[in-house]
Amino acid sequence: MKDKYDVIVVGAGPAGSSVATTASKAGLDVLLIEKRQEIGDPVRCAEGVDKEGIKRHIKPDPRWIAAEVKGSRIFAPDGTKLQISEKMSGAEVGYVLERKIFDRALAEQAVSSGAEVIVKTSATGLIRKNKQITGIHARSIGESVDIKAKIVVGADGVESKVGRFAGINTTLAPKDIETCAQFLVSGIEADEYCQFYLGNNIAPGGYAWVFPKGKGIANVGIGVLGSLSNNGMPVKLLSNFVKHHFPTGKIIEMVLGAVPASGPIEKTIADGFMLVGDSARQSDPLTGGGILNALDAGVMAGTVAASCIEKDDVSEKALMEYERQWRETIGKKISKTLVVKEKLITFTDKQFNIFAHSIEGKCDNTMGVFDIVRALFRANPKLLWEFRNLIK
Amino acid sequence: MTVTVNRYKCGYCGACVSVCPMAALELVETWIEINDACNDCNTCVNICPIGAIESVKE
Repeated sequence: MKDKYDVIVVGAGPAGSSVATTASKAGLDVLLIEKRQEIGDPVRCAEGVDKEGIKRHIKPDPRWIAAEVKGSRIFAPDGTKLQISEKMSGAEVGYVLERKIFDRALAEQAVSSGAEVIVKTSATGLIRKNKQITGIHARSIGESVDIKAKIVVGADGVESKVGRFAGINTTLAPKDIETCAQFLVSGIEADEYCQFYLGNNIAPGGYAWVFPKGKGIANVGIGVLGSLSNNGMPVKLLSNFVKHHFPTGKIIEMVLGAVPASGPIEKTIADGFMLVGDSARQSDPLTGGGILNALDAGVMAGTVAASCIEKDDVSEKALMEYERQWRETIGKKISKTLVVKEKLITFTDKQFNIFAHSIEGKCDNTMGVFDIVRALFRANPKLLWEFRNLIK
Repeated sequence: MTVTVNRYKCGYCGACVSVCPMAALELVETWIEINDACNDCNTCVNICPIGAIESVKE
């Protein structure tokens, strides 16, 4: 480790590795730090991702593809089934990943692009010169060190600290987070579809999912809206769900996690500082998918970092270009899905059933998330008036 | 400090850290540390997916 870099990226998940790869390829001297001693582990993810989106960032490799999926099925509380195809259903299906290997492959990509990776190293504070952020205080394998940089990028996930260090309020209200539990269940039958189960008894303000990982195993999980959850609810509900749907299944792994579902936050930059991925709350509030948005935002942040450093201006004003780019793309998308989420969490089970019936049989394999929203709106315009601006 | 984390139960997911309005929690590798800023609001207790956080009466 040196004492000075062009860019320090805090956190080696998809967002951080994407920034590091992009910035290194642009010729910058990049340090990527990860607080854990292993990258990609422990997993905190349902591991579903859109196939085409991933291909923009890394060459598909069977080492990190657990299964390919054809599409999704959504189940209303009374069992009414809506089926949609892979191509159209948004960024949450396509591949089911092996995140432990995937995250490391992304870090390898950063390293082969020229970045330096250091594990078991966390940021404990930011170095400032006047208002400007000029590096990090870090703890590296138990030792305190100071490392300087022209730009610090926070990619430290849902539990982000560096955003707060930089004066950006990333605190999530309980209504803006899904608290999640997931079991890897073995010995079950799961075909090539991702399944989503809606219902207030199943997952208040969220949904349960079954993502196949091939060979009779699947990620079976549940997300509960924070404001509707209480101490330990996700694990209790998931245990019931698994008992009911997979009575002979064997649980061979347990995953806990939390997904930001706030939609765009007010600010993701400061002088010499950018925030990306889950730490910037860029995950999709409706589906909970965050990998692609993190990778895409990482490319934007890395590209803007390179051009700002070249112009020798890393002020908040100069970094605004990153903020403009992600709001124009990811921000617009997650603002729309936020509207859908905010409406869905008000539904009773009876309403879920009625809405599912209203479009049952009108769903086919060519429909995606927003096609369903459009069909729902057409069938129930008065009840779903909030959706009118989403379906142009 | 007025909440405690049962580290034998904790699944180190960081949900509690992200909702803490006082920035009193930190996920350090695979455990949670709590500093003196905790004001006993109990937001973390209710967000924990596995029920590892308890409010302690002083």
